[in-house]
Amino acid sequence: MLEFFDSNLIRGVVLILMILAFTGIWAWAWSRNRKEVFHQASMLPLEEDDGQVPQNDSKKESTKE
Amino acid sequence: MTYNDKVVRQFVVMTVIWGIVGMLVGVIIAAQLWLPALNFDLPWLTYSRLRPLHTNAVIFAFGGSALIGTSFYVVQRTCHVRLFAGGLASFVFWGWQLVILAAAISLPMGWTQGKEYAELEWPIDILITVVWVAYAIVFFGTVIKRRVSHIYVANWFYAAFIITIALLHIVNNLSLPITMTKSYPVYTGAVDAMVQWWYGHNAVGFFLTAGFLAMMYYFVPKQAEGPVYSYRLSIVHFWALISIYMWAGPHHLHYTALPDWVQSLGMVFSLILLAPSWGGMINGVMTLSGHWHKLRTDPVLKFMIVALSFYGMSTFEGPMMSIKTVNALSHYTDWTIGHVHSGALGWVAMMTIGSLYSLTPRLMGQKVMYSVKAVDAHFWIATIGIVLYIASMWIAGVMQGLMWRAFNDDGTLTYTFIETIAATKPYYVIRLLGGTLFLAGMFIMAWNTFKTLAQSKAPEFKAAEPAIWGEHA
Repeated sequence: MLEFFDSNLIRGVVLILMILAFTGIWAWAWSRNRKEVFHQASMLPLEEDDGQVPQNDSKKESTKE
Repeated sequence: MTYNDKVVRQFVVMTVIWGIVGMLVGVIIAAQLWLPALNFDLPWLTYSRLRPLHTNAVIFAFGGSALIGTSFYVVQRTCHVRLFAGGLASFVFWGWQLVILAAAISLPMGWTQGKEYAELEWPIDILITVVWVAYAIVFFGTVIKRRVSHIYVANWFYAAFIITIALLHIVNNLSLPITMTKSYPVYTGAVDAMVQWWYGHNAVGFFLTAGFLAMMYYFVPKQAEGPVYSYRLSIVHFWALISIYMWAGPHHLHYTALPDWVQSLGMVFSLILLAPSWGGMINGVMTLSGHWHKLRTDPVLKFMIVALSFYGMSTFEGPMMSIKTVNALSHYTDWTIGHVHSGALGWVAMMTIGSLYSLTPRLMGQKVMYSVKAVDAHFWIATIGIVLYIASMWIAGVMQGLMWRAFNDDGTLTYTFIETIAATKPYYVIRLLGGTLFLAGMFIMAWNTFKTLAQSKAPEFKAAEPAIWGEHA
């Protein structure tokens, strides 16, 4: 039983977990229901001090989908 | 509720002043490498004591003030809330200045732990820890009481920078004090070297990269007047970058007593780092798509786009230099100095200067600096200075590496060491010229910053109303 859990097995398991975590983050970031939330967030730096985004050419743009 | 901009203004002013001081010391030691007599036989002015003063001043005084100052501005504006614990924020400012003052005295005195970028002795290390914890409380306290549903990506990068620097600083500075001015590290031998370069490389990764990427993610969209190219990419960029940077340190210890597999691990992780680095760089550059015409009229954007270009170049060069066979040529030569300054001047300083030129007028309720022409002049002087600096160091470095490894048929070395130094001398003069130009640009910035801030009394800005969206709405 102890030989079964050798360091190479642990390395393999850790690698798979890392790949899953990475693809998971990717899938989450690109998921459809995050789109609007991220669009709103991406507009935060464009706000003036009053929290309003000035009405210019930037209004009709959005981040790449 | 108003925003706390006083502490931001204080940090902005000190960023420029420490930039001048740190770069002036850099110019002095560059001159000493050309003319060693310029130390005037005074122990306080020797290269060995002034070099750590230069690195500490530009990284922690100039870079640190810029990072803390902009983070206090960005976290308030993107969280629609006043800075948490105003008194503590003032303590962070004055405490950080005290740390810098202590460094400016202790390093020329020769009090040092002998660890690169962690030279400061243990009493100063404890002060840094206290100030840093206060900084973390102010920053995270503001994030916690935010009135915006989402934590903007710049704040994620600032957060990673704050947490990681705390961890690195404490672990690498664990030491046994002997007197007030002398201590010995708790680690020995190869372990000490490994801890030191785990610290050293992550200081690059989290102090000089993550923090300035936070600036990029706020001030580039702000100045371009368009949102970041891809917010989704910024999330993948963040998690990939902070996961991988941690493991790249051993590339500083190729062909040393460090176990061979650790060296290979450091090399492989350094190579993988190219992907998130370029992901972030492309995300910043593409933010300008649709806004490229603004480069014609806005020198602030020019600073930012050149910063991103140098970021792309140095994050390509770095992984390449981490390959063991390339490192066999480049290590211990001036190529490394060229690489560092392509990152430090090209990326860190240019992004800082661009961000401050964007931020300073806004602190006064204005859109642009007192003199836009002076910003443009600063841009060209700084850019020419960097090009002279890094081109001369590249040539010098490759030449040194080739001369050091040249053998005669009978196995003896072709060149003595002093011959390689003599061959390097002209390049040290060109480097000195480049550094002097970059420093000259900082004086223009100081004048312009003073004029912008002195135009009128600084206004107070009312905090923006809460912004709730998505699942929080």
